[in-house]
Amino acid sequence: MLDSVLVANRGEIARRVIRTARRMGIRTVAVYSDADADLPHVREADEAVRIGPPQPAASYLNAAAIIDAARGAGAAAVHPGYGFLAENAGFARRVLAAGLTWVGPDPAAIEQMGDKIRARNLMERAGVPVSPGSREPVTDAAAAAAEAARIGYPVMVKAAAGGGGIGMGVARGEAALAAAFETARSRAERFFGSPEILIERYVEHARHVEVQILGLADGRVVALGERDCSVQRRHQKVAEETPSPGVSAALRERMLAAAVRAGQAVRYRGAGTVECLVDAESGSFVFLEMNTRLQVEHPVTELVTGIDLVEQQFLIAAGEPPSFDPGAVRPSGHAIELRVYAEDPVRFLPRPGTITEWKQPAGEGIRVDAGYVAGNTVTPFYDPLLAKLCVHGADRGQALDRARDAVAAFRVAGPQTNLPFHADLLASPQFASGDYDTSLVSKLRPGKVPAA
Amino acid sequence: MAEVRAEMVANVWKVVAAEGDRVDEGDTLVILESMKMEIPVLAEGPGVVTKMHVAEGDVVQEGDLIATIG
Repeated sequence: MLDSVLVANRGEIARRVIRTARRMGIRTVAVYSDADADLPHVREADEAVRIGPPQPAASYLNAAAIIDAARGAGAAAVHPGYGFLAENAGFARRVLAAGLTWVGPDPAAIEQMGDKIRARNLMERAGVPVSPGSREPVTDAAAAAAEAARIGYPVMVKAAAGGGGIGMGVARGEAALAAAFETARSRAERFFGSPEILIERYVEHARHVEVQILGLADGRVVALGERDCSVQRRHQKVAEETPSPGVSAALRERMLAAAVRAGQAVRYRGAGTVECLVDAESGSFVFLEMNTRLQVEHPVTELVTGIDLVEQQFLIAAGEPPSFDPGAVRPSGHAIELRVYAEDPVRFLPRPGTITEWKQPAGEGIRVDAGYVAGNTVTPFYDPLLAKLCVHGADRGQALDRARDAVAAFRVAGPQTNLPFHADLLASPQFASGDYDTSLVSKLRPGKVPAA
Repeated sequence: MAEVRAEMVANVWKVVAAEGDRVDEGDTLVILESMKMEIPVLAEGPGVVTKMHVAEGDVVQEGDLIATIG
């Protein structure tokens, strides 16, 4: 087994990885920027190393500083968490070249899935359904117009190397396409260093449903159920649940089988997520992308399966079998995750600030993965995620009841949070009915949500 | 004279309007960046940018003056 690990991340996910590592007897090394010196993840690790100033490029994206920190602290492995360098194949290669264990998939798999056009083509060949879209990168406005006309409107325009909803836009006609293309291209260059654009058919009234997979050390790929991530603002997830209320048993079986084929096509090792769009009416689905890392919303899968996904990541990285029987996974009950963001609950604009009060709910079926405690300052340098409030119930009704009570009991003072939005979400008949799609947030906040 | 102020702590990513520019309601003056989000700061009425108080790369606090429109 690994004897030590450096966690190349911050906030709630760094704490969450450290928690499992400690339980497994793995020594932990945290890293932090000058903005994060007071955060709990720094205190909770066995050792913590400063890696640079607040700007992400100088700290959590600074591969050289992180590898130096791992060497200096004598860490045997690097766990990237999510975001930052988690899906950077070059970083994974540098970790391996430094003689360290990379707690993640092979860099070649990261690369194949990181290019969304290559990934789509690969999935199509592996028999995974994809929506009509570009087979080659689109790099100028005229080509974009021709491609959109071929595919058929409405279309989604996005960065081929992108993620996190950044630069994504829907176009319903040629005029809107030119604007969406320009936005996507400039953000793609700025955020992802590549101007390549992908255009695909936009599925209206779709649910966003993803499948958790694990590529085991012996080469088998197993699917651990789905998560519904249709509650989104600016193409970013706000709440997730499992099982999806919009997925029938028959559809689930087909989606899980397709996700396993997707993993096998890239000889996947470790935890990964196959994201799909589901048309609940027709019961059809298409591949969207594969995330080659632990997902933010992984706790809902852990709650219903009882499987610690970070533990499996460590075991797989060490070449060991999983801690559960892959042939006997029986999800039980229903789980919901609510992302608590430092943002105003109406327009969803960022609200950094110093936390003067932090009182989180506790009790049966409640799990809170938080990155902050009272006294910490939430700075403008990183994403606004403060905590993930997760609930587990025997069925969806009990999970909803627990979620409502937990939101009411969660008190944060200082930065504004979106907790009032979650109260509205849980009170809405649409969410309560389970019959909703990715347009739900804009229906709950008509005219208020700015475009990405 | 209208004063445009920052709504939140943010970095100034882009200064779009220059001193002397004539702007209309809804025109973008600067683009702030906070928590991985770009936030355009817009003119609330027509006028001329008499003073731009920020430069690209500056950090603004909530309530800081961004531009004066006369």
